[in-house]
Amino acid sequence: MNFFIESRKILLLALLVYGALKVLFVFGLLSQYIEQITLFSFIMIIASLGLNVIYGYTGQFSLGHAAFYGIGAYTSAYLTKVFEIEGVIPFLPALLLSGLLTGCAGYVIGIPILKLRDDFLAIATLGFGTLFRVLLDNSDKFAEALGGSRGFVGIPRITNLELTLSVTVFLILITRNLIFSRYGLFWRSIKADELASVSIGIDTAKMKLMAFSYGCFLAGIGGGLYAHLYTFLHPSNFDILKSIDFLIIVIIGGMGSITGTIYAGLIWVGFIEGLRIVLPAEMLDLRWVIIPLLLILLMMWKPYGLITKRSR
Amino acid sequence: MNVLEVENLRKSFGGVKAVDSISFHVREGETVSIIGPNGAGKTTVFNLITGFYKLDEGSVLFRNREITGLSPFRLPRLGMGRTFQNMRLFGELTVFENLLSGMLRKNGYNIFSTLFRTNHYFETESKAEEKARELIDFFHLSGKEDYPANSLPYGEQRRLELARALSIEPNLLLIDEPGAGMNPKEIQDLIETIRAVKERFSLTLLIIEHQMGLVMSLSDRVIVMDFGEKIMEGLPDEVRKDTRVIEAYLGEEFTG
Ligand SMILES: Nc1ncnc2c1ncn2[C@@H]1O[C@H](COP(=O)(O)OP(=O)(O)O)[C@@H](O)[C@H]1O
Ligand SMILES: [Mg+2]
Repeated sequence: MNFFIESRKILLLALLVYGALKVLFVFGLLSQYIEQITLFSFIMIIASLGLNVIYGYTGQFSLGHAAFYGIGAYTSAYLTKVFEIEGVIPFLPALLLSGLLTGCAGYVIGIPILKLRDDFLAIATLGFGTLFRVLLDNSDKFAEALGGSRGFVGIPRITNLELTLSVTVFLILITRNLIFSRYGLFWRSIKADELASVSIGIDTAKMKLMAFSYGCFLAGIGGGLYAHLYTFLHPSNFDILKSIDFLIIVIIGGMGSITGTIYAGLIWVGFIEGLRIVLPAEMLDLRWVIIPLLLILLMMWKPYGLITKRSR
Repeated sequence: MNVLEVENLRKSFGGVKAVDSISFHVREGETVSIIGPNGAGKTTVFNLITGFYKLDEGSVLFRNREITGLSPFRLPRLGMGRTFQNMRLFGELTVFENLLSGMLRKNGYNIFSTLFRTNHYFETESKAEEKARELIDFFHLSGKEDYPANSLPYGEQRRLELARALSIEPNLLLIDEPGAGMNPKEIQDLIETIRAVKERFSLTLLIIEHQMGLVMSLSDRVIVMDFGEKIMEGLPDEVRKDTRVIEAYLGEEFTG
């Protein structure tokens, strides 16, 4: 019960957002395209929150987040295919299962690699991300349905405003409760000083694993929603560039800030899609000149992020 | 009762024998100091006792329990607290959070209470906050609760580190060079603080220190190390007069 009483402000806000978006969508004031990227930005927020738990709060640098996003996406798409799921309600258990499975994958992979520090961890997660991409490219060799390098086609469109918004809000609340609890405090202690954390009895290996698996769980849920929004998955959607997308959102939002990640997710998706509209088609690749330049400027000007720095 | 029994500790780094068959014990309620020149192996002894380093040989009994080979995070849970020679605070966390972390480690709640914010969650949090506040008052850090730890002046950071070590309510506290970088006036305050802390929290203390004034006024017994070995052990007065000790310290400042 406390859960709802505590969260009433956020729930009320979510209801207002829902009402406003619903009106805009129903009366066709916003195009299908805008509707799609609005939902996509919520999905990015969920997955980025996961990376924020791992990196922003616990200090474990990961360049493999997109791989976990991919595990969630492919798992959920496979589940809806096998069980012929088409409605939102039967999709919920499939989505949850995809998230949990992704969390378990994070746990198993986290056991060896979370022992590594800083740059070694970065290389290990990068390696995992690359390996996963290769695996996806060849996935049709062990499961025809996954589609290999041709991509996974024919996924039902299930992700809608109601589903995305309620999952996003629920996960934001859960994440907030974790971050503000003793577990969040242990994560931040570990980020600040691992040996000192040990000296007050924190089982750092276990706590890092917990943060990592939970972060991967969020990535998996995001991936599941993504698969059923765009109805087509391609290995290139889950490579290192995608991981960097998540990293950018976490960094712009200010490491270790939930609200920061939410704003940054909205701004980032809006910005990328905005460029797509503004730039003529043949100059679209210029995005990958503009974006890195902006990032360099950002790092020089505000290395701690644009939005906030506070957390607990 | 012996709170700590150290038997025949050995540790080498490459070819360097950092600690060479050290044995000693600490009785309940005692204050024992380890002194010796730089590089004598004092900090290594601490790291072996607290499990931060793996022993090459030897055994450690803590409150009659064999703790050799336990993961280092287990020992604080059994009641062994420590500070670090080169201070390790949670720099970007607030003063308050630095203490809360240990409190909530010792007396916490489970993941269910966390996710659903049960009454137990709120009760435990407010109890921990209350205790953190007591520590903050005791160490004269009131008004600084919400400052990031690394924004405090050096002296306050050292006090905070001591407070954090106490946040887990230990029986035995290992303090590594608490007086490092302090002037005589600050050392005098530190001596008073350590006395008060020991009294208030009924502690047994093992202290590494260079400042002989501090060692002489606080210790019940003193262990002297040089080149990884224990060269003598005795009452403060005996140690002060011992020729081997004076020799070991030759060329180093010998204050007090
Ligand atoms: N982690 C380590 N790796 C290599 N050598 C070390 C390590 N820790 C300590 N030593 C060496 O062990 C010896 C004792 O060091 P230490 O215990 O820090 O001395 P003290 O605290 O008495 O000044 C020194 O020669 C030091 O260089
Ligand atoms: Mg030392």
